[in-house]
Amino acid sequence: MVDTGERTSDAKIVVEHLDFHYGSVQALFDVCVEMAPRKVTAFIGPSGCGKSTFLRTLNRMNDIIPGTRVQGRVLIDGHDIYSNGTDVVALRRSVGMVFQKSNPFPKSIFENVVYGPRIHGEKNSARLREIAEQSLQRAGLWAEVKDRLDQNALSLSGGQQQRLCIARALAVGPEILLMDEPASALDPRSTARIEDLIGELREDYTIVIVTHNMQQAARVSDFTAFFYEGHLVEFGETQQIFTMPKKKQTEDYITGRFG
Amino acid sequence: MRQRSNGFLAIWAMRIIFYLLVSSVGIIVLDVLWKGLPSISLSFLLDSPRRSGAEGGIFPAIVGTVYLVTGAIAAALPLGIASAVYLSEYAKQGLFTRWVRFAIITLAGVPSVVFGLFGLGLFVIFLGFGASVLAGSLTLACMILPTIIVASEEALQAVPRELREASLALGATRWQTIWRSVLPYSVSGIMTGSILGIGRAAGETAPILLTAAAFFLPNLPESPFDQVMALPYHLYILATQHPEAAKVRGMQYGTALVLLVLVLGINMAAILLRGRFRKKYRW
Repeated sequence: MVDTGERTSDAKIVVEHLDFHYGSVQALFDVCVEMAPRKVTAFIGPSGCGKSTFLRTLNRMNDIIPGTRVQGRVLIDGHDIYSNGTDVVALRRSVGMVFQKSNPFPKSIFENVVYGPRIHGEKNSARLREIAEQSLQRAGLWAEVKDRLDQNALSLSGGQQQRLCIARALAVGPEILLMDEPASALDPRSTARIEDLIGELREDYTIVIVTHNMQQAARVSDFTAFFYEGHLVEFGETQQIFTMPKKKQTEDYITGRFG
Repeated sequence: MRQRSNGFLAIWAMRIIFYLLVSSVGIIVLDVLWKGLPSISLSFLLDSPRRSGAEGGIFPAIVGTVYLVTGAIAAALPLGIASAVYLSEYAKQGLFTRWVRFAIITLAGVPSVVFGLFGLGLFVIFLGFGASVLAGSLTLACMILPTIIVASEEALQAVPRELREASLALGATRWQTIWRSVLPYSVSGIMTGSILGIGRAAGETAPILLTAAAFFLPNLPESPFDQVMALPYHLYILATQHPEAAKVRGMQYGTALVLLVLVLGINMAAILLRGRFRKKYRW
């Protein structure tokens, strides 16, 4: 369990005493956790435990849901993203997000990838093409789509669509990548590709992934946090969480699923 | 067994009602076609009326109606879409927006003659436009605004949340998200509402009677501040106010037919356009 009192200075994301409410329902209780740069941190827990809500507080995606309330601090590179005067648009540029259900725009593959750069003012078409190629390469999709960039993104398979969404997030040039159960709707083969991809991306990005699949958390992550009913029960190195959990709840959850 | 025969009865009852409805519409159209077609000719369509409309054509009325409808759409569509965007995307949802929505729906049910009176008071007299194309168009625009706002808001809300989130998560502002991701995918829904509005604007008599229409005006309007003839009003005059009403039956039905075809034509054009948008942004 991380001691919240002494903060290691090299953490990319520091969350301090975070409470979160949907109207009168409290979804997160006093969550304190740190996420290391260029590492994969996985959040596991049963459905409704608050792990997705937590993930969405990191890029202020919950702002768009009416009636939500946040208390506590979320520091990214030392800056509290909930402080007054935070530029939410700039925040979301540096904190990319991949959703559970792949959600490409009903536009061409190319237009999907360059959507971010375009809205941020990039007009040079050669540069846009370059960004598209780099991002698709990075997401491991380039070889499959390079001859049909003009096709509608919805013509891709589910796994390809999800990698397109990853490419689209990368095209904006984020430092942090949030992934909300990115493979839960995919077949095992596509899931394996996404997991391999996470392994490659961890070299350059700080990745936070939410998953209900514990094997997946064990495979892809460096650190694991276990959520239960809005409380962060245990946090530690993945190997330790899965082999020697310190809390009984964690152990019950992990062994219950495995056994 | 009993339940089955009940269902059988209900289906037959509905079928009969459906056929009655369709055939009554068919009879109206056929009647207008039958009595109107003989008076349709090139000169009827392209000439100005003579002898108070007893002879000649209805060209100024056709042009007038096209002007009025175009003006009404030009004013109501941007205003209506902007209102819908504000209501559904920006306004804080609460008691105030609930009342605004209620007011809009109520407005959609207000009789058109009331809109005419409102237009007369505001545009014709207070703003000093006089009885004119401009005043008539704006009055019609007020009348069809509620329909357009309600339909547009529904279309905006039908855009899946995932699409908005995808855009926002890439660092788009709310406006960029609306402009690039939400509006393009709600265009076909917005068009559906607008089509209903357009049809109504073309056919209504009362609003333009008070604000724009001239009884007999062989010339085309030269500026937005001129009066115009209009098909529905012309039809009303020929049928009820004309000294030789019985003798100009052919002209009446001819006018009705042209109005019918015009409204149908505008609707068809809008439906085709909607189909193209739908194909372009399929989701």
